[in-house]
Amino acid sequence: MPVMSYIQAVTTALKEEMKRDEKVFILGEDVGKKGGVFRATDGLYDEFGEARVLDTPLAESAIAGVGIGAAMYGMRPVAEMQFADFIMPAVNQIISEAAKIRYRSNNDWNVPITIRAPYGGGVHGALYHSQSVEAIFANQPGLKIVMPSTPYDAKGLLKAAIRDNDPVLFFEHKRAYRLLKGEVPEEDYVLPIGKADVKREGTDITVITYGLSVHFALQLLKSLPKKVSTLIFWTLELSTHLIRQQLLKLRKRLVKYYWLQKIIKKEVSLEK
Amino acid sequence: MSKERHEALGLSDDQVLEMFKTMLLARKLDERMWLLNRAGKIPFVISCQGQEAAQVGASFALDRDKDYVAPYYRDMGVVLAFGMTATELMLSGFAKAEDPNSGGRQMPGHFGQKKNRILTGSSPVTTQVPHAVGVALAAKMEKKDFVSFVTLGEGSSNQGDFHEGLNFAGVHKLPVITMVENNKYAISVPIEKQIASKNVSDRAQGYGMPGITVDGNDPLAVYEAVKDARERAINGEGPTLIEAVSYRLTAHSSDDDDRQYRESDEVEEAKQKDSIITFAAYLKEVGILTEEVEKELNQEIGSIVNEATDYAENAPYADPEDALKYVYEE
Repeated sequence: MPVMSYIQAVTTALKEEMKRDEKVFILGEDVGKKGGVFRATDGLYDEFGEARVLDTPLAESAIAGVGIGAAMYGMRPVAEMQFADFIMPAVNQIISEAAKIRYRSNNDWNVPITIRAPYGGGVHGALYHSQSVEAIFANQPGLKIVMPSTPYDAKGLLKAAIRDNDPVLFFEHKRAYRLLKGEVPEEDYVLPIGKADVKREGTDITVITYGLSVHFALQLLKSLPKKVSTLIFWTLELSTHLIRQQLLKLRKRLVKYYWLQKIIKKEVSLEK
Repeated sequence: MSKERHEALGLSDDQVLEMFKTMLLARKLDERMWLLNRAGKIPFVISCQGQEAAQVGASFALDRDKDYVAPYYRDMGVVLAFGMTATELMLSGFAKAEDPNSGGRQMPGHFGQKKNRILTGSSPVTTQVPHAVGVALAAKMEKKDFVSFVTLGEGSSNQGDFHEGLNFAGVHKLPVITMVENNKYAISVPIEKQIASKNVSDRAQGYGMPGITVDGNDPLAVYEAVKDARERAINGEGPTLIEAVSYRLTAHSSDDDDRQYRESDEVEEAKQKDSIITFAAYLKEVGILTEEVEKELNQEIGSIVNEATDYAENAPYADPEDALKYVYEE
């Protein structure tokens, strides 16, 4: 099985989906000739041409909004926000439009768009190139939010996002891009959105996290005496509803939340 | 209006009569909705009155079997021309389950109907502009010969989505026609406090597309402008911005009192130019709208409006638990 980096897994998923379905296309700033500022769309312009790897004007609301329009028509756009920090001008399009179009039209219209954005710190990005913005979207009905933690997850989940008939925000940790490497099958596979991965079963302490933080949590686990506590990790996808269900099932008194943003903590703990 | 105007545009007598009928139906439905609102039967009205000529004139210049429209909340004339029925509009007014726009989930005026290629709209204004540009992008990518048509008020032409959308369309030469229905008011704010340029259409220059201002009370002038724009779009020559100037004859909505911010003389003056009167005068002048035809038309529209009202009033509401449906694909 080939070993690849997290960002190579992203590029591979995009490439395979574009080959599989002509309706899939990419739009965003610098995604074309340059292949993206992080090189996530590297080589796709040459392979699929300008029409399907579209360099857009620098205007995030249009990147999202034009993608939404094309998706309503029946295309499968993958819109790139250059940094998650710059998604803010597109929030109205994402929350008022993409998230609500199926609901507000009583199931008449839908928006099969994927919006990718690199998030997180650790790459000398300072204030405006390091933020984790998922909490803004995590409590919005109609959106699905995916934050993969391994190259294997990145490929399988991005494919699932592109094939999903509802809007998916796909956040990629930018430090993970080249830091994380792992085995990724060459064949086509899709991981289900909405299911968490239990990294380790246990009884004493529950740790819920996602994205790059899964690896921090796994490191922490190594430093803890095994007899004292055991940890459970749910990762793959940020599904507060699912986490709540799992917590109710476990009926554990002691639940700790590490690396979860405040709003997500609140969402998760509502039915604790 | 000279006698041959509609013939010179390639419109038959039947077609212009159909245009007038659609305008009149929009007006009469709108008037009925106000009555129903004041009688406490429907929660809200947001009017098309004063803008029917622009809406219907433009729609008739489009291919109503192929083109996509992204209307804004006043566009009853557009959606009627694109196949939504009077009954369906009344179902929306009463917020009944059968409302094809939203199943009673949205306020009236929030149009959408996939089978007629009417994109669903929301309340935050101007979001529909990038959507229409996206549909036009799809047309170009798929090499299809349709255009997308998007409308908005002049107030909305100050939103970022207007500028972002038009610039995108201009850069990629997309087959999208944007029509700003300039009714001179953004709720209470008059045009001179909204826009620094002389015309909304002046803004087209910044996006590399033709910008045209037409008399929005004249359905034939609007028809001509949209027809030309469609031809350019289909020929790969890109987008057009059209500004159709008319006047909002009612308050902003059933919850607004326009006496707080404008003089009744101004409204009375605008009513002299009301297209329902002026276009009827043209059709009479050219011998299309005879007394007999007018009488039949009024009767026919009267019964359409009555039947639509009765049907919608008696139709069931959605079940309460339906409010939880369709957040995601089911």
